[in-house]
Amino acid sequence: MKLIAAMSGGVDSAVAAARAVEAGHDVIGVHLALAANPQKYRSGARGCCTIEDSHDARRAADVIGIPFYIWDMAEEFHDGVVEDFLAEYAAGRTPNPCLRCNEKIKFAAVLDRARSMGFDGVVTGHYARTQISESGKTLHRAVDHSKDQSYVLSVLTIEQIAGAIFPLGDTTKVDIRKEAEARGLAVAQKPDSHDICFVPSGDNAGWLRDHLGSETGPIVDQDGKKIGEHKGAYTYTIGQRKGLGLTVPTADGSPRFVLKIEPVTNTVVVGAREELAITTMKGERPVWCGPQVTDKEQEGFVQIRAHGAALPCTYYFDGQLLVAKLAEPLLGLATGQAMVIYDGDRVVGSATICQTQ
Amino acid sequence: MSPAAFKAISSQMQVLGNPSSLHTHGRSTRKSVEDAREVIAKQVNCLPSEVIFTASGTEANNIALKGLYWQGRAQGKNVVVISAIEHHAILDPAQWLADHEGAELITVDVTADGVIDLVALKNVIEQRGSEIAVISVMHANNETGTLQPVSEVVAMAGQIPVHTDAVQSFKKTPLSFSQLGVYAMTLSAHKVGGPLGIGALILKRAVEIPALLHGGGQEREIRSGTLNAPSIVAFAAAAQDEYPSTQVAQLRDQFIDRVKELFPDVIINGNNVDRLPGIVNVTFPGTQSDTLLLLLDKANVSASTGSACSAGVHEASHVLLAMGHTQQSAQSSLRFSFGSTSTLDDLNFILSVLPDVIARGRAANIK
Repeated sequence: MKLIAAMSGGVDSAVAAARAVEAGHDVIGVHLALAANPQKYRSGARGCCTIEDSHDARRAADVIGIPFYIWDMAEEFHDGVVEDFLAEYAAGRTPNPCLRCNEKIKFAAVLDRARSMGFDGVVTGHYARTQISESGKTLHRAVDHSKDQSYVLSVLTIEQIAGAIFPLGDTTKVDIRKEAEARGLAVAQKPDSHDICFVPSGDNAGWLRDHLGSETGPIVDQDGKKIGEHKGAYTYTIGQRKGLGLTVPTADGSPRFVLKIEPVTNTVVVGAREELAITTMKGERPVWCGPQVTDKEQEGFVQIRAHGAALPCTYYFDGQLLVAKLAEPLLGLATGQAMVIYDGDRVVGSATICQTQ
Repeated sequence: MSPAAFKAISSQMQVLGNPSSLHTHGRSTRKSVEDAREVIAKQVNCLPSEVIFTASGTEANNIALKGLYWQGRAQGKNVVVISAIEHHAILDPAQWLADHEGAELITVDVTADGVIDLVALKNVIEQRGSEIAVISVMHANNETGTLQPVSEVVAMAGQIPVHTDAVQSFKKTPLSFSQLGVYAMTLSAHKVGGPLGIGALILKRAVEIPALLHGGGQEREIRSGTLNAPSIVAFAAAAQDEYPSTQVAQLRDQFIDRVKELFPDVIINGNNVDRLPGIVNVTFPGTQSDTLLLLLDKANVSASTGSACSAGVHEASHVLLAMGHTQQSAQSSLRFSFGSTSTLDDLNFILSVLPDVIARGRAANIK
């Protein structure tokens, strides 16, 4: 196949590109420039987007022996990922920008462009697997569950999965580093990235305050009584306990947790831990990574964070919303997060959480 | 590299001797360097002593622009005038002078054909003439090939020092330092089939400007650094090659005609004015030039986009923007270059792959 390998400058995408070449594909390396004014050097745990990273990607392509180009996706990234991230926080929800980037950039803008140019698909260094089954090409967890990235890929449609190649899904990260070393890739020991790539300092709350302002507002208990003041509602997360700065103790001395963020009134509601418990979640704008979910209740698992646990549940689609009922209550679930349904290791689909009970 | 230049650099590299050394080996190398200097001087019709070898055209531009500015500033003149379509090796030092050295930078617009607006320049000179330290206008533009009216600029400038970046023009079109009457002129070897990393500043005899690099003072005390004898002799060897202007221009014109037939909506930039024989700049509406470059590259055709920033991101060409293009149309443009070794077969090959490349490029256009 003729493939575009998206190369961030990290070890994973470098090995993925090398493996694709070895599998006999005709591969071209592309580094996505996602920042309009990239910084010169890496800082903190960020893995792409600096000039240093694009240089690392170029040198990896040299070692692999493939052509290398840089594609400017800064505008698409800003509009589709950064703006969305800000809008979601401003609305009191907790978004996942990596998921949005896969949905709108890597497997939309890049894949569409690649296909129009005559390529068959896009290779990335994501830890996930695909399988060909009776129902077509399906998306599965990586063998290395600690690195599994199927959660952030769960926004891909069948059509997008068809054009996605994940050569690393059958290997552990430790072995990928060894393989990179053996292949002579200079990025073999480059540190993993953890932070949000467009927040240079790694200080998400500070970054949000800079972009959304830091209008203070009340922190109230469940009866609506003001017990403190916050420094910008969107810098809080549902379930958060630390950093609330509350001086009024509860009657029994038990800690308080963020229960709700109300952006319209700029209010943060806190309460007891038990109040965080939910048993049902509903998600809007579902995406099916395989056959569509029906209104018949099925048993499976739901995951609500990129590296969170797979929680046993039953799930169904009511025609509007994807519904998951948990076997055990869950504490602290923010709307805006993605709920991803698994059937064993297979990704069934995902939706954006809009209601919890 | 031209065969003559390759032969020259290879044999000179086997010869021992720093041209500044006084012993036999040094003198021998010095002789080769001075022979080369005379060859270059003859090619551009200047005195051998007016040739200052540098490590690049960029360095020559920096020495000229900054040196002439500092010289002018010492006499109370702080205005630097350039055209809007200069190479970054002039744009950026000019901006640096404004940012760090107290210069006032005046950028003169160009016409839609990419030629400096002489009326605008005249106005600037009339109004600010006594304050202008230096005027720099390139001889031919590197992206469109359009020739600039440097003689007219010099005539207007009167006593004001004029520098011209002639990197693109050397050997491609008649170029005479003495006839132009400029104070300084920049050349680079790699544009004429010589090696990378060697250039020259032609600086009028007896014009003494402050140096950028201080040290051994090898080149008129204006440029220090051990002379790169192998590259210098190769530069001279390449400079003596004949450039088949007519043949290259014919190929270019055929290319333009056939591209227009294939794609009636293309724009040939700078097509209505005198320009270099080997450069064609084409706007293909509805495409992104970095996509076209990738597809052409895959088909073994090397074309160029305007320029890339430090991150390697393709940017809209400031030259095309100055000619009135929008960001979008500037980013839909490619430069094709033909040289002395280009053939009709090459041309036919490009035209055979172009329709598919443009079709895919249009389909992939997401902007």
